[in-house]
Amino acid sequence: MNRSRFDFAVGLFVAIGILAMVFMALKVGNLASFDSGTGYALEARFDNIGGLKVRAPVKSAGVVVGRVESVGLDGETYEAVARLRIYPTFRFSKDTIASILTSGLLGEQYVGLESGGDPVYLANGDRLGKTQSAMILEKLISQFLFSKAAETPAKAP
Amino acid sequence: MTRLFAAIETLGQSVTRRVDRLGLAARFSGALFLVLWICIRRTTLIIRELYFSGVRSLSIIAVSGLFVGMVLAVQGYEVLQRYGSGESLGVIVALSLVRELGPVVTALLFAGRASSAVTAEIGLMRATEQLAAMDMMAVDPLSRVIAPRFLAAILSMPLLAAIFSTAGIFGAWIIGVQLIGIDDGAFWSQMQASVDVRIDVLDGLLKSVVFGTAVGLISVFEGYFAAPTAEGISSATTRTVVISSLSVLLLDLVLTVMMFRGLS
Amino acid sequence: MFPLEPNLMIDLKDVRFSYADRPILNGIDLSVRKGEIIAIMGGSGGGKTTLLGLIAGRLKPSSGSVIVDGLNVPKLGKSELYGLRRRIGMLFQFGALFTDLTVFDNVAFPYREQTDLPEAMIRPLVLMKLEAVGLRGAQGLMPSELSGGMARRVALARAVALDPAVMLYDEPFTGLDPISVGIIGRLIKRLNQALGMTSVIVTHDLNETLRLADRVIVLSGGKVHRDMAPDDIRETTDPFIRQFADGLPDGPVPFHYPAKDYLSELLEA
Repeated sequence: MNRSRFDFAVGLFVAIGILAMVFMALKVGNLASFDSGTGYALEARFDNIGGLKVRAPVKSAGVVVGRVESVGLDGETYEAVARLRIYPTFRFSKDTIASILTSGLLGEQYVGLESGGDPVYLANGDRLGKTQSAMILEKLISQFLFSKAAETPAKAP
Repeated sequence: MTRLFAAIETLGQSVTRRVDRLGLAARFSGALFLVLWICIRRTTLIIRELYFSGVRSLSIIAVSGLFVGMVLAVQGYEVLQRYGSGESLGVIVALSLVRELGPVVTALLFAGRASSAVTAEIGLMRATEQLAAMDMMAVDPLSRVIAPRFLAAILSMPLLAAIFSTAGIFGAWIIGVQLIGIDDGAFWSQMQASVDVRIDVLDGLLKSVVFGTAVGLISVFEGYFAAPTAEGISSATTRTVVISSLSVLLLDLVLTVMMFRGLS
Repeated sequence: MFPLEPNLMIDLKDVRFSYADRPILNGIDLSVRKGEIIAIMGGSGGGKTTLLGLIAGRLKPSSGSVIVDGLNVPKLGKSELYGLRRRIGMLFQFGALFTDLTVFDNVAFPYREQTDLPEAMIRPLVLMKLEAVGLRGAQGLMPSELSGGMARRVALARAVALDPAVMLYDEPFTGLDPISVGIIGRLIKRLNQALGMTSVIVTHDLNETLRLADRVIVLSGGKVHRDMAPDDIRETTDPFIRQFADGLPDGPVPFHYPAKDYLSELLEA
């Protein structure tokens, strides 16, 4: 076999291989989540973040608008500090509420943003004023039991 | 008592032999890495080896990937639909392929298809004094024969693994979307939401580069030091497949543990 | 250290070599003048091929000096050794042609690897060498399509491609039919005269050797047993050489592998 046939076959092979890699990057994975360096950062403090993980989505009205960049603990207030990286195309008002939500009953947890009516927009490094912590199933159950228990003696006599 | 001593002696000998061989392999790798940069400029040689290692393995890799993806889809769907989450099929298949099966199965197939052939070829060149003849013509066989084959393995492996995974996902798509009737949009969007380019795709490709290095090194080493007889070459070929497969599985465990630890 | 006689090409002094713990050569002294053809003969496993390996620098002696073309071979670094090897050609026992290259590409190999000549100049050079061994017509064949004799001739063309000063032949006649033996023998002689090469031939083929060589060196027990002209070999009464020349089964090289007494071993039970 002469050299040009080798070159052609190998060229084709490498092209197919690279196409497969591009396919994996774009169609299988989501390369959009790759540009986490762009956009602006917000900080949200929660009493409890539940099972929120780094790289979890940040959604507004169900649309992904960013990712959780880091999760930490404030050593003095014992609050969980989540840094959110918001895509540059989305802007939120100053009085936006951040809450930790769960997709489906047992699905992954994400941060939900609910924009308010304030005309001033949040900028890079701002802190979200109002937050709502994760719902912890055990706490809900115990709350429910306590309230039941509180009701019962009133009826008893 | 003497039998016990004899047994201990045999054990000692076999350990010494293995350590000797490991030392030989280390020196060989060192010498090989030193000549790699000379070889990189000889693109025609590398292209030739890419043809024999990569292009010739393309069909077996693509077909195996397709079938593995199809089987995963059938098995996966059977389990998923019990929990009413059949649309997650794309996620399950894509993650298993991209993270594990793509790199690992590709490396195992490559060891059987391409590396064994490389070992036999180099062993035969040694037995027929072709390497000695080259050395006598003042051409270093390490940079002329060994290095291009080693580099071709490193370069082919990630490309083949990507092709394997892509073929597998396509196979799962045929079964899941075309035959079972999962929603096409849900299949892809769920996959995209869960497969991370850096954590899953890039780490999978990194694995296959490591596997390519290991399998390539083993195949040229076994060929280069094969006993110059018919039995020597055939046993070297067998050793290449066995040692390559075991190394790939062991390295996969190590890499997976390292990658997931890095994650948390 | 260096040869006193200026036209000495190869000079070995008290060369010893052992493989693992087994001594192969026990003090060899050998000098070859420029343009000379010498033949090295001896029993199998007697260190003849080892001697070629030492001259080419493929093996290092345990002690003694090996001087080729004024260079102390065992002391050379890799690049100096490769420099020397460009002036040494070697014909291997079965040719050692590259099985994945055509006849043409095999002969072109040294030019392509060692020179910067353009392909347009390499082509006529290769064809000239192939013409010299009578195989210009076989240039497109693969080595697997050649007979043993043809492969040896292609290998010869490849070995002399860069017009070496020294040619080493490792059993060039082994496994060939008498016609091919004659052809190879004549080619060796002709190349030697045309290119003024120094040749060292390791061989078992006594007839062809006597026709070719200027000097015959007989190795025995890792030493030079005799160093004589071909004509003297025919007449000598040396029992070892007679056994070798006449193909006698028993003699200084015993027929029997060392063993216990035959009768007593038979009667053991």
